Amino acid sequence: MSSAEHLPAWSLPAGAAESLELPTEWPGRVTREWAWGDSTGKDVRVCILDSGIELGHPLVGEIEGAVAVEVGPGDEIRVVEDAEGDLCGHGTACAGIVRSIAPDCKVFSVRVLGAGFTGSGTALLGGLRWAVENGFHVINMSLSTTKSQFAGLLHEAADAAYFRRTVLVASAHNMPVESYPWRFSSVISVGSHEETDPLAYYYNPKPPVEFFARGVDVEVAWLGGGSARSTGNSFATPHMTGICALVLGKHPELTPFQLKSTLYLTASNVVEADE
Amino acid sequence: MSNDLRAAVAAGVMASEDAHRSLLQSTVEVARGIFSAKAATIFLYDEETDELVFEAVSGLGAQALIGNRIPSSTGIAGWVLVTRQPLVLEDVSQDPRWGGREIAERTGYTPQGLMAVPLIHEEDSVGVLQVLDRPQETRFSLEEMELLGLFANQSAIGLDLLRKARRARGVLDESGVEVEALARLAGAVDRLEGPKRQAGLDLLRSLEGLITH
Repeated sequence: MSSAEHLPAWSLPAGAAESLELPTEWPGRVTREWAWGDSTGKDVRVCILDSGIELGHPLVGEIEGAVAVEVGPGDEIRVVEDAEGDLCGHGTACAGIVRSIAPDCKVFSVRVLGAGFTGSGTALLGGLRWAVENGFHVINMSLSTTKSQFAGLLHEAADAAYFRRTVLVASAHNMPVESYPWRFSSVISVGSHEETDPLAYYYNPKPPVEFFARGVDVEVAWLGGGSARSTGNSFATPHMTGICALVLGKHPELTPFQLKSTLYLTASNVVEADE
Repeated sequence: MSNDLRAAVAAGVMASEDAHRSLLQSTVEVARGIFSAKAATIFLYDEETDELVFEAVSGLGAQALIGNRIPSSTGIAGWVLVTRQPLVLEDVSQDPRWGGREIAERTGYTPQGLMAVPLIHEEDSVGVLQVLDRPQETRFSLEEMELLGLFANQSAIGLDLLRKARRARGVLDESGVEVEALARLAGAVDRLEGPKRQAGLDLLRSLEGLITH
């Protein structure tokens, strides 16, 4: 009775506590070795919700597939096979960062850019819903919207992801503006630190930004099989996505809550404080 | 009086298009100066055509760029506008498709790197500020990123003023002579000083009383 389908959903009747037995053996002390030692992110499906991914880029390698979100009249959403590659370079950069940390994970591109600015909020929401329905383990969202009309709908999609065991990793804003979905507590929000270690990340006890990962002067994949040095929270985010893929590669049964707890317990400032 | 009409009349006494252009030009000059960069540009988002328009350029010696349009959701500027995320790129390997293309094609100058930041006013992404080719001997820092964000905030306010003034001017143009006459009247009263100004305002108040009762 350990499968998620048989667990009581709304209440816990007398004598049913045994059914809550967890599939994970939690060690007395969670270490990075326990969390992702020897993991390569194998079999973890990572979705890059961005500008597309350049096919055949040496720093990205094979991708599992690519779709584009189109916005029709009346905000009708269509998700179609995508052969455009990357319209900007950013999605390729994110995919390359994830690959550098979790070399064996499966990378999938959901392109939400290219439909014009007017339809961009609708495309973002449509792409996120599609990715959640398609059961990716981790969704990298290095983007946000400031339109409050999308806040409620994005919040619902983020919660749906959380309960379906899809982890949303979203870039925090480093400007004083309200934007979504990174502000929601059901996602893992990421800002930048200035260190060079790709596996260094910090838990922030003063949310809304929950984690800081490498986001300054990062060598990334760019268009034409090339590269660039880049800075921004949007590059810190795929570092956390890659680390999530490593942990889920070793512990696929973890829920987003457990994964976030694991990230907290293995964060650089928490590990150091514990030593 | 409708909001549009009120805005239109206000525009009659507001600064001219030239003054707004000066504000944007000054913004790109300062942006270029702060970061010791080779150039800086501002794009304004045009809602009607769903495009980004070059509004101001500093340092490229190519005012010909002004008025040029690019798609709103491709390239670096499009990505920044849509995602609301600032971005810094340096040492970009030469590829004709990268975000510097639109500049390179029209000026013959190909940037090696850029900082791009969305200009956000309230809920709206109103444009994009780009700073091209900062000196690369120093590593980029989060402090600079913060400065870029603060500066972008101020620029967004300027860009929003320009956008509103243009919209108001559009209302004036479409409404014909009646609204223009009102705007002229408001402008004339605004230029008065001392007792004459008071008399002008009293007269307007009386006129308002007369036509609303």
